[in-house]
Amino acid sequence: MLEIEIDGKQVQVNDGSTVIEAAAVAGSYIPHFCYHKKLSIAASCRMCLVQVEKAPKPLPACATPVTNGMKVWTHSELAVKAQKGVMEFLLINHPLDCPICDQGGECQLQDLAVGYGSTASRYQEEKRVVFNKNLGALVSTDMTRCINCTRCVRFTTEIAGEMELGQAFRGEHAEIMPFIEKTVDSELSGNIIDLCPVGALTSKPFRFAARTWELSRRKSVSPHDSLGANLIVQTKHDVVKRVLPFENEDVNECWLSDKDRFSYEALSSEQRLGAPMIRQGGQWKQVDWQAALEFVATGLRGVERDHGAASIGALASPHATVEELYLLQKLMRGLGSENIDFRLREVDFRADGKRAGAPWLGMPIAGVKDLTRLLVVGSFLRKDAPLLAQRVRQAAKKGLHVSAIGPNAEEWLLPVRNRALVAPSAMVATLGQVVVALAKEKGAEVSVALLGKLPETVSDEALAIAQSLASGRKVAVWLGNLAVQHARASELQMLAQEIARLTDGSFGFIGEAANSVGGYLAGAVPGAGGLNAAAMIEQPRAAYVTLNLEPDLDLANPAAAMAALDGAQLVVALTSFDSPSLRQVADVMLPIAPFTETSGTFVNCEGRAQSFTAVAKPFADVRPGWKVLRVLGNLLALEGFAHADSEAVRAEALAGDLASRLDNGVEGIVVSSATGPAGVLERVADVPIHFADPIARRAPSLQKTRDAAAPTARIAPATLAALGLAAGDRVRVAQGTASVELVAQADDGLAAGCVRVAAAHPSTAALGAMSGDLSVERA
Amino acid sequence: MILAGCDGDRTWRLQDYVARGGYSALRKILAEKIPQDAIIAELKTSVLRGRGGAGFPTGLKWSFMPRSFPGDKYLACNSDEGEPGTFKDRDILRYNPHSVIEGMAIAAYAMGAARGYNYIHGEIFETYSRFEEALAEAREAGFIGRNILGSDFSFELFAHHGYGAYICGEETALLESIEGKKGQPRFKPPFPASYGLYGKPTTINNTETFASVPFIMNMGGEAFLNLGKPNNGGMKLFSVSGHVNRPGNYEIPLGTPFAELLEMAGGMRGGRKIKAVIPGGSSAPVVPGGVMMDCTMDYDSISKAGSMLGSGAVIVMDETTCMVKALERLSYFYFEESCGQCTPCREGTGWLYRVVHRIEHGLGRPDDLDLLNSVTTNIMGRTICALGDAASMPVQSFVKHFGSEFEYHIENKKCLVPPEVQRAGSQIYVSPSC
Ligand SMILES: Cc1cc2nc3c(=O)[nH]c(=O)nc-3n(C[C@H](O)[C@H](O)[C@H](O)COP(=O)(O)O)c2cc1C
Ligand code: SF4
Ligand code: SF4
Ligand code: FES
Repeated sequence: MLEIEIDGKQVQVNDGSTVIEAAAVAGSYIPHFCYHKKLSIAASCRMCLVQVEKAPKPLPACATPVTNGMKVWTHSELAVKAQKGVMEFLLINHPLDCPICDQGGECQLQDLAVGYGSTASRYQEEKRVVFNKNLGALVSTDMTRCINCTRCVRFTTEIAGEMELGQAFRGEHAEIMPFIEKTVDSELSGNIIDLCPVGALTSKPFRFAARTWELSRRKSVSPHDSLGANLIVQTKHDVVKRVLPFENEDVNECWLSDKDRFSYEALSSEQRLGAPMIRQGGQWKQVDWQAALEFVATGLRGVERDHGAASIGALASPHATVEELYLLQKLMRGLGSENIDFRLREVDFRADGKRAGAPWLGMPIAGVKDLTRLLVVGSFLRKDAPLLAQRVRQAAKKGLHVSAIGPNAEEWLLPVRNRALVAPSAMVATLGQVVVALAKEKGAEVSVALLGKLPETVSDEALAIAQSLASGRKVAVWLGNLAVQHARASELQMLAQEIARLTDGSFGFIGEAANSVGGYLAGAVPGAGGLNAAAMIEQPRAAYVTLNLEPDLDLANPAAAMAALDGAQLVVALTSFDSPSLRQVADVMLPIAPFTETSGTFVNCEGRAQSFTAVAKPFADVRPGWKVLRVLGNLLALEGFAHADSEAVRAEALAGDLASRLDNGVEGIVVSSATGPAGVLERVADVPIHFADPIARRAPSLQKTRDAAAPTARIAPATLAALGLAAGDRVRVAQGTASVELVAQADDGLAAGCVRVAAAHPSTAALGAMSGDLSVERA
Repeated sequence: MILAGCDGDRTWRLQDYVARGGYSALRKILAEKIPQDAIIAELKTSVLRGRGGAGFPTGLKWSFMPRSFPGDKYLACNSDEGEPGTFKDRDILRYNPHSVIEGMAIAAYAMGAARGYNYIHGEIFETYSRFEEALAEAREAGFIGRNILGSDFSFELFAHHGYGAYICGEETALLESIEGKKGQPRFKPPFPASYGLYGKPTTINNTETFASVPFIMNMGGEAFLNLGKPNNGGMKLFSVSGHVNRPGNYEIPLGTPFAELLEMAGGMRGGRKIKAVIPGGSSAPVVPGGVMMDCTMDYDSISKAGSMLGSGAVIVMDETTCMVKALERLSYFYFEESCGQCTPCREGTGWLYRVVHRIEHGLGRPDDLDLLNSVTTNIMGRTICALGDAASMPVQSFVKHFGSEFEYHIENKKCLVPPEVQRAGSQIYVSPSC
């Protein structure tokens, strides 16, 4: 610890602290622009100059290390004179166009200019003009306002992992720009808007939509990926105008992914369902709630009477709230059906009934920084979990060694030291090899359950991974979406568990969606005798209740799902959006509130239950899903649907100690070292970041980004050549009888023999399962 | 000393250098296994001060290198020589490149560095090619490379050329540039001795500084010091330019009267009256001619006259010079060469230039001189590197010493020095003795 006196106040700070950090402890505010606690130190704006005892010149507080006994004055005459001098320089070439600037009212420069600027400018020359840059669909530029603090440059380089912006040219001609003809395509790009202290970088979708002081703001939680980023949602007249991060060091730090930030545009989409609709005689008709709910209750009772309760199935989105999921399963069980699931893209359910608890990450998100070894199995880490990937990126800089197993090796913008690039059908065997090699490295025996079930030979890649894990002090194994959606997911889980045991580490699941953990805790999984998501499609039900589902995009086998729902007698869809696929298969659509118009809870991958309240009044005749389900329960005369508010539902759903309900343990899965047949092409399906859920799909600006580009048939170059194809060829990709036409693309980040065809996209929705074999031929 | 014997033919060749006694210092050190401390002590005795501009004692600088540091350590020679008026390093590299190589090898030995780079000014490519040739010769002869002269000391040296950015001569910008990045100074601390090239301990010295080392080793620190005067050891190269009869490089003992140097340079062109001298490169404050005539050429005397010995570039101006125009030219240089990283320099250098420009062009305003002084005060001491100061000092000193000329410009919208006089002064003048 070091002693320092700041403005006469004694404080103690950690060794290695800078003066600006110490000042924060002492409660002294030092004006600054280039300094940001999450970025490297540039020491270039010079706004933070302070007086330091014995120093002849003012020193930059952001870059001056504290020494023991140092005395600092942040507001002495010398300091303020220096700060005012810098402010004058910052303003001479600034356009001072605050009245037409989106940043007005929340601008660091504007705020500080009030304190440090003078009323008139001594600069009488022509001001500099800097041409604007095209950074893509999300970030708007007014580069003349830029003060060259380089926060945006440092963000792209250090946090997002790729230098997409730089400061070109010198001196007064210095400009911030992307590479020639390039835009900023990072999935974290929106953060540069928050970082930019002036109005040089502003939000394109928000541009000129409102002034900051007109907005009311509330806390919320992102409904997208499994991280559960904390949000500040800003509304004007009950319309969401902007989403900003709510800082939570344990979860999203001060960042948001672009999906978290810009998906709100979908909330004002024309496809919002505003009133209940019933299909009668092939025609969709708007009805009032009373009529719609009675129709549903009568319909469900009718199916129950005619076919039995087990003929009713419920399919819920993993992006639904705990309250919704809980009441839906309660409703199903009240009706006497155990057929409920929210794991829509999974296919291997062998672990059901053999699990010790709800699957989760197996460690706190903030614990990533302490890891020394991480094995990621089957994940599109960067796009599936952008901010978790960001944490891994920072940890990798501090010595975390990352290994990966899977068919995909797309750029994660972090060093992956060891990688086994293998087809999906070889993933179990490869992970088995890692277990074998690891046991040997550790001089330990493998568990009895695995004896004789593991491969005999170990590949070099598997050995390297095992050696890396064996040398780690704090080890974690993460199973990604591809592993969870894998045809042999439970075997991967057994093997990951074994690695965790052998390394004394942790293992867990990254999680597909905002409530991948919450769904388990809410009981939205089939009980004894119930059907899981896949079985409900394979054995079509007479009636389905769906919760925020788009049947052609959200299930493991969209073609089969559409067929099953199409053939059902009754499909009740609780949905925020009116979608063509629902119009095709549903009989009634009940408009339920998206996350901004209801209270609810998401449990993120680390098992953190985060509740939020509505930030806006429901659109049109929309009602919160939990209320709709409660009324339905009442109409069906079921017990226990008397909740006064969503907190009561939550209290019931998440009763007891949550942490004790999280457990990745699994027993009794038979692991095999079999690999797939040689010579067949295997499908690898990612769920593209901006197509993963109904909200993101409808956010216009996100849909204009590079990440939302139409899927192609990605094939490893050698495989492409072996098929007699070239990149750019139009090809017909067929799975069973279904086929779609796509453009072939060479992808050297893909295992040989694999074809990567994205799921969850209209252009591939006609295909079948997300894994398994397929054929490719010239179209 | 460095340039002694370099007026013959092909003096840059290895055999020539060896014939002049070259590489004997390195040979002796390796043969006698002279301890590192002894070399540094010798340098301290010599009071060799950095020849790149700042005049920092070289022995002291070398002693900052963490010699016991286990990882890589680097050496960098600063041959960027971008300071207007300076052209001495160019001639050292052209006529005596091996003195730099030998100096660097000795430095590497003394500091335990295994690799060095010579960062050479990119516009005059001849110096770069010649240095590359010299490196090849030295490598061939075993003066650099693995196990130098059969000892267990190894040192690799490479040449690296810049692309003409003045700022790359600032030592940390130079390191960034070698690393392949945009040449921008780093904030210090940390200093290069602890966090330098690729984050490793690094020592940077000027070409002339390194070139002096073999001579000091041969003659001994004491003798070197005695060549000059106390606290100002040795000989120094002065690049004399401007209104003199024989512009060029002159290697003279520190402490030599300026008048003598001017004499060597053939005296004032056309016998005109001396008006002003910038004694240490464009970044040094200007000194009125009369004051300068009483100075001796050493760090302390020039400092007493309110300026700096800097890089030893002596720019002489006679009475035909318009000081406003001269300052306009200088201010334009710093405006163009600022790296743009830090606010006061990025914004302030342009402001200074524009104000001086408008004064020169008859658009000056009554309070412009106060404005210039105030802007320079706001830049000086508040920037990342010394370019901010370098841009400010000429402005302050010109205004201080020649304020009346500026005032005349502002009031009368024209120059105090009549145009025909200025024109006469800028005629290319061929000295009878050439
Ligand atoms: C803007 C700027 C430009 C500089 N250019 C040079 C240069 O061209 N050559 C040089 O030797 N030193 C230059 N310096 C000084 C170097 O930063 C450094 O002090 C010097 O190379 C150290 O060597 P020395 O101790 O041997 O003088 C420059 C400094 C600044 C601030
Ligand atoms: S664009 Fe904004 S964040 Fe980037 S350098 Fe300019 S002022 Fe800073
Ligand atoms: S003082 Fe000028 S040249 Fe030096 S770092 Fe700052 S902007 Fe760059
Ligand atoms: S905040 Fe310290 S220099 Fe910018």
